[in-house]
Amino acid sequence: MANIFTKILNNIFQSNEVADEAFYEELEEAMILSDVSYSSCMRIIDAVKHEANQRGVNLTRDVQKILKDYILDLMMVEEGYYAFEQEKSIISVIGVNGVGKTTSIGKLAYHLKKKGKKVILAAADTFRAGAIEQLVEWGNRVGVDVIHQKEGSDPAAVVFDALQSFKAKNADVLIIDTAGRLHNKKNLMQELGKINRIIDREFAEGYRETLVVLDATTGQNAMSQAKLFKECSQVTGVILSKMDSTAKGGMALSIQAELGLPVKYMGTGERVENLQRFDAKRYVEDIFDLH
Amino acid sequence: MAFESLSDRLSDIFQNLSGKGKLSEEDVNLALKEVRMALLEADVNFKLVKDFIAKVKESAIGEEVFSSLSPAQTVIKIVRDELTKMMGEENTELKLRPQSEITVLMMVGLQGAGKTTTAAKLAGKFQKQHRKPLLVACDIYRPAAIEQLRVNAEKLSIPFFSLGNQVKPEEIAKKAYEEAKAKGYNLLILDTAGRLQIDDALMEELKRMKSAVPVDWTILTVDAMTGQEAVNVAESFSKEVGVNGVILSKCDGDTRGGAALSIKAMTGQPILYLGMGEKLSDLEPFYPDRMAGRILGMGDVLSLIEKAQSEMDEEKAKESVRKLSKGQFNYDDFLDQMNQLQKLGGIAGILKMLPGMNKAMQGIDLEDSEKKMKQVKSMIQSMTFKERANPKLMNPSRKKRIAQGAGVDIAEVNKLVKQFEEMQKMMKQFGGSMKGKHGGFPGMGMGKNPFGRGGGFPF
Repeated sequence: MANIFTKILNNIFQSNEVADEAFYEELEEAMILSDVSYSSCMRIIDAVKHEANQRGVNLTRDVQKILKDYILDLMMVEEGYYAFEQEKSIISVIGVNGVGKTTSIGKLAYHLKKKGKKVILAAADTFRAGAIEQLVEWGNRVGVDVIHQKEGSDPAAVVFDALQSFKAKNADVLIIDTAGRLHNKKNLMQELGKINRIIDREFAEGYRETLVVLDATTGQNAMSQAKLFKECSQVTGVILSKMDSTAKGGMALSIQAELGLPVKYMGTGERVENLQRFDAKRYVEDIFDLH
Repeated sequence: MAFESLSDRLSDIFQNLSGKGKLSEEDVNLALKEVRMALLEADVNFKLVKDFIAKVKESAIGEEVFSSLSPAQTVIKIVRDELTKMMGEENTELKLRPQSEITVLMMVGLQGAGKTTTAAKLAGKFQKQHRKPLLVACDIYRPAAIEQLRVNAEKLSIPFFSLGNQVKPEEIAKKAYEEAKAKGYNLLILDTAGRLQIDDALMEELKRMKSAVPVDWTILTVDAMTGQEAVNVAESFSKEVGVNGVILSKCDGDTRGGAALSIKAMTGQPILYLGMGEKLSDLEPFYPDRMAGRILGMGDVLSLIEKAQSEMDEEKAKESVRKLSKGQFNYDDFLDQMNQLQKLGGIAGILKMLPGMNKAMQGIDLEDSEKKMKQVKSMIQSMTFKERANPKLMNPSRKKRIAQGAGVDIAEVNKLVKQFEEMQKMMKQFGGSMKGKHGGFPGMGMGKNPFGRGGGFPF
């Protein structure tokens, strides 16, 4: 269904017809089918209409350009987003179960290792059955050390161990896999707070990065997730996983627009090398199928 | 995200319309615009929303506004009824073969949908019903998938079957079936690899598994948080492997679960259960009418009303009101109120069922509130009957005894007494305005809760 629709949309975009209400309605449809939130969608369309008016243009291809530029500008990757790749960094990765958190960590470890960094992983998601084993398995695949204890142990203790190992081995990057249990904000805050205190105490000079993993197939609930994590921790960016599915991950656009959280990486497959820096241009083209 | 409840929004729109006998086209259009937004925010598929709105519009225009309902409520009723109808109207459960035969369940779904956890939950559920389940690990690709199933099986003391990750899944299924026959298991639950539906190779694998063993139920597990993509997921699994039951996982969060509607529409198959998260006990029956309310952002008011009706003691409520209006509220009444509140599932239980509360709740420390409530109860229970009936008796030595009895600091008792007195004052004012009305329950009047007012009680 989405495909047929985007074909029509493509035709509309390429023609020189006047952008009428029907045209804007189809833009709305394309965005909503990509999981852009209704409110962001309305805001963007209003802004585009306004801009088109200002410029005195009303042909569909002109409006298309305005829209594309608008979203590109919004989602643009800025300098400094990846500074942590060059520093002695402690990266905390948060995300609810099933979004591909552990997989993203494995791939991020590979990404950094390839850049010549010495990476250590900390299995601080001690709650979910199998989470530790999964991270250990990824560590083996990528060829990096994984610091872990047994299921149900104190996450902060795991982080403490990992920091000792990090210092002893003079590693460059420590990536911490933390649990993301959304239904209890208080516990989550306590857990993340404790981990942060340990890091502050043991390695205050480290560059800190906190990435939230969001699943591209998630709909409007991704916004609540991002919001809650932002309230619990100093989130610095988003990893958008499962971008190789047919979902478009449009809610990342709403999250950038409404919470100001930038997407930094996107996951595009099962293999270790399937993690890329976010490509705003490709993302926009995906949403509107403008390849 | 501001998920203002649909009923609130519609009430705003219809504020000036009360008194009209019929819904005009203009009214309906105005209302349906809001309904549309609510559905889209709940992740119901765009196309479905369009069809749905058209259908509702047809049946709503010219509809008599029931005398007992406001125009907003009339529209909501129509919308809700229509949604419920689409969702399958009644609750369906998984039917198994007789105990003497082996029932085979195959779990399918996307990566991260919660298949493995759900498989274990199903096994646990049926084990309680005296079935003999065997959990079979057929996901040989995801690192540690086998381990996850094994750990979950162990937690529930359910037999577990795996041949490692070097044997083909259809072979594993076949061997497991033989094992079940030999050892007398009668419920085989196959956990398959998660996949993105675009992966043809894995779809083929599912088909091979289905021809290797006699699968009775192919159960699609879908994450309740899935966005617009839910339609495609449901459609491709349905078309490629055939699905005859759906479980909606991760319903414990604040997600509105519009995916349920998309999946139902695409597969035509019943939604069997709702998964409520990681805890292995949580698999709940699916009630279409309640889901409709949730999708519309109206909370589960229906369940709350049902519960309130069945749990509350009307006589006691009336007695409370009577005392209240005379300003005779004492510690016994207070204790009664707290007990009634707890019967309804505690503060958290009530708030969860109210529209818009999921959001509002984020600022409230519920655990703390419940804890405080327990503390207050124990203090009151440490009072003598006389003290409870006559709060004026309270003096320092009594307070000291109460503090010791409840195991709290005397300061806590002082706080309780002070707050109780303030509450009494407030109740007196409130009670005055209640005279002549009856049936209400003072401590629980939604939105008029005297405990919740400034300076009121600490929870």
